[in-house]
Amino acid sequence: MAEYKLELKGVCKSFPGVKALDNVQLSLRPGTVHALMGENGAGKSTLMKCLFGIYKMDAGEVILDGQKIEIGNPDEAMKYGIAMVHQELQPVPARSVGENLYLGRFPVKKYGPLQVIDHKAMYAETEKWLQEVKMDFDPKALLGTLSVGQMQSVEIAKAVSQQAKVVIFDEPTSSLSDNEVEALFRIMNDLRDKGVTMVYISHKMDEIKRIADDITIMRDGTYVGTWRAEDMTTDDIIAKMVGRELTNVYPPRENEPGEVIMEVKDLCSIHAKSFQHINFTLRKGEILGFGGLVGAQRTELMEGIFGIRGVETGEILINGKPVKIKHPKDAMKAGIGLITEDRRGNGIFGCLSIKDNVGVSIYNKHLKAGFVLDHKKIDGIVDENIQKLRIKTPSMKEHIANLSGGNQQKVIVSRWLANDPDVLIMDEPTRGIDVGAKHEIYEIMNELAKQGKAIIMISSEMAELLGMSDRVYVMCNGKITGEITEEAEMNQESVMGYATKF
Amino acid sequence: MEKTNKKQITDFLINNGVIIVMFILVIYTGFTTDNFFTSNNLLNLLVNMSSRLVIALGIAGCVITAGCDLSAGRMIGFGACISGVLLQRMDYSQKFFPNMEPMNVFLVAVIVMLICAAFGSVTGFFIAYLSVPPFIATLAMMEIVYGINMIFTNATPLGGYVSNYTNVASGKFLGISYLIWIAIIVAAITWFIFNMTRHGKYMYAVGGNPQAAEVAGVPVKTTLILIYMKAAAMYGLAGFMLGAKAGGASVNLGLGYEMEAIAACTIGGVSVTGGRGRVTSAIVGVTVFELLKLALQYLGMDANAQWIAIGIVIFIAISLDIRKYIAKK
Repeated sequence: MAEYKLELKGVCKSFPGVKALDNVQLSLRPGTVHALMGENGAGKSTLMKCLFGIYKMDAGEVILDGQKIEIGNPDEAMKYGIAMVHQELQPVPARSVGENLYLGRFPVKKYGPLQVIDHKAMYAETEKWLQEVKMDFDPKALLGTLSVGQMQSVEIAKAVSQQAKVVIFDEPTSSLSDNEVEALFRIMNDLRDKGVTMVYISHKMDEIKRIADDITIMRDGTYVGTWRAEDMTTDDIIAKMVGRELTNVYPPRENEPGEVIMEVKDLCSIHAKSFQHINFTLRKGEILGFGGLVGAQRTELMEGIFGIRGVETGEILINGKPVKIKHPKDAMKAGIGLITEDRRGNGIFGCLSIKDNVGVSIYNKHLKAGFVLDHKKIDGIVDENIQKLRIKTPSMKEHIANLSGGNQQKVIVSRWLANDPDVLIMDEPTRGIDVGAKHEIYEIMNELAKQGKAIIMISSEMAELLGMSDRVYVMCNGKITGEITEEAEMNQESVMGYATKF
Repeated sequence: MEKTNKKQITDFLINNGVIIVMFILVIYTGFTTDNFFTSNNLLNLLVNMSSRLVIALGIAGCVITAGCDLSAGRMIGFGACISGVLLQRMDYSQKFFPNMEPMNVFLVAVIVMLICAAFGSVTGFFIAYLSVPPFIATLAMMEIVYGINMIFTNATPLGGYVSNYTNVASGKFLGISYLIWIAIIVAAITWFIFNMTRHGKYMYAVGGNPQAAEVAGVPVKTTLILIYMKAAAMYGLAGFMLGAKAGGASVNLGLGYEMEAIAACTIGGVSVTGGRGRVTSAIVGVTVFELLKLALQYLGMDANAQWIAIGIVIFIAISLDIRKYIAKK
């Protein structure tokens, strides 16, 4: 038997403009749980998607049981006995457990030329496989009626039913309750005893310590190293995950944080799994960073403050006075602006002009005779912003879809500046935009802070978070787990430490 | 450079294919048949277009917000019947309200629009506040309005209108029928609403990206209700106009007009994916549609076969419309 069940060697993968994986390797010992770790965007999921045939790798080889193999698509991967339990499950909730388990490979009965799905066999088999993973719910139950954890065990049962020898778990516990995590670990231990090799992607240090045999760490799309889990402490892992030099240069800041403008007191989401008991303060002229891992509920918190998501209890005070925010309109009235994370999803109006994209939030402020749009004045404001933010466009009539990501972002910034908010929330303000535009966005942020505006910035880019913020809150699992105010503590290790304090 | 020019020309031809083909068809018809290019024919065409344009402009608002309005046809019939019962001659033997004096024509137009607007706002409420898909909500309203109209009129045809009412269709100002003037005024007001008011801008925003509109502080729900309310008022007005033209009305007046209006909007460039479309789109679409019907009639195509031709045009027009936006991804 080969030393390794599965090996990945020299894997490279580029997306337009980004090198996502650069000469990455991974070696899985048979019958072990191998933890794959790294920060947001380190390339863990990308690597697994390459292995599973969802992405095509640019270079690199896959060696299974000492044999070099080619995997072109998930179907082929499954034929080689490789299965994946996805980060976002993709089941069909309106169909039964059995149908989901056998989707695409239904057992059939033949009546002459007619093929009919053999429901009896399907449900009997399903029951068997569910017992195999020690789950005893009804194979005929609709998948949508199960909890996320149960759905996950269906996925695992599916992997087992396909006689998978290698199972990839991509952040399986991110939405599970403690009991469900226990159940998952029990299944994983069982599978390990049966000789199944597993890859386990997670950020939760205590879980890694409990379940993993080996740990491979990735950083910025490169391979850092592989260690035996028992040889590594949590601090070692964090240090290896972040251990890079911060080379990005950030424009110098001249802002002076002043008095408190906004205070959030004990804010709780209507969803138990989202943000809970959030307290923080924001000062005038301050850039306040919010760090954390993907799924830490930072976006949800900001959208809750802005009136897009439901808030159960808690208070928001602006200049010491409580404000009621039920809708973005209320937030705007209170002087808050929000630049969302998902620019395409809920930022830009792709089919409208730059003018309409900026104007949409100020059309009700510039009216003649109470109802006729004052186009001259609005054009003036839009033009002024195009100049001030150096938006590269032939005219304000240009469709926003024709601009680059950076210029689109500047248009959204203009939309809020035209509204003159006191507090501007920027959720991943530089995601998906090029370096030059990034720098310009940073300059705009600094300028706004200097004018006394308060800025909240969510950033998953460690360098940006530390380089731009006057102060940083770190969230984990819906709670604020740390506040960093001291210059000395402004480093990657402390952010990462708080971010993994589940 | 030459290559991009060539591509641009091809794109232009494909994107405006239906209009170009229609143009060729009209010219062909004009040269191969007598009396096609006559001022009388043109005025007739414009009269036919007038009520269709009012309907199309109403439905355009719904389509721009990525919705539709299946209740339009039944609202038209409802509007025509309400106008009818309020405007019958005293000496007409089958008068619906035998003892009621016919009302002022303008007042009736306003009443009809208000009643239909009330129904439209109910549709809008379900769409905006209860997130019922427009297709279903307007389908429900279509059935309701039809039922009410049947009960209300006992399903009997109406006639015997006062001359003031029929005069709306037969009367002229500057040699042009009042119906055409009404359509022009409605188009002007709609242009104003679409371009010069915040409601118009909000409509495009909601159609372009409802999530982004919400975040940008647009009153999405109010905007949607207003759109369906305004559209219904316009269907009522169209019913009023059609009743005047026909000199009578029945519950089935306007049946299927909603589909033709949606098709006309799409041919003219109102995108069914939302966010795009102007008043001129509706005008172009209705013109093309009515010209098509007229040309086919002149060419002597079998009346039943004309339906097939119209269906094919809708297929092609909507495929081409979708193609424009898919290609951009």
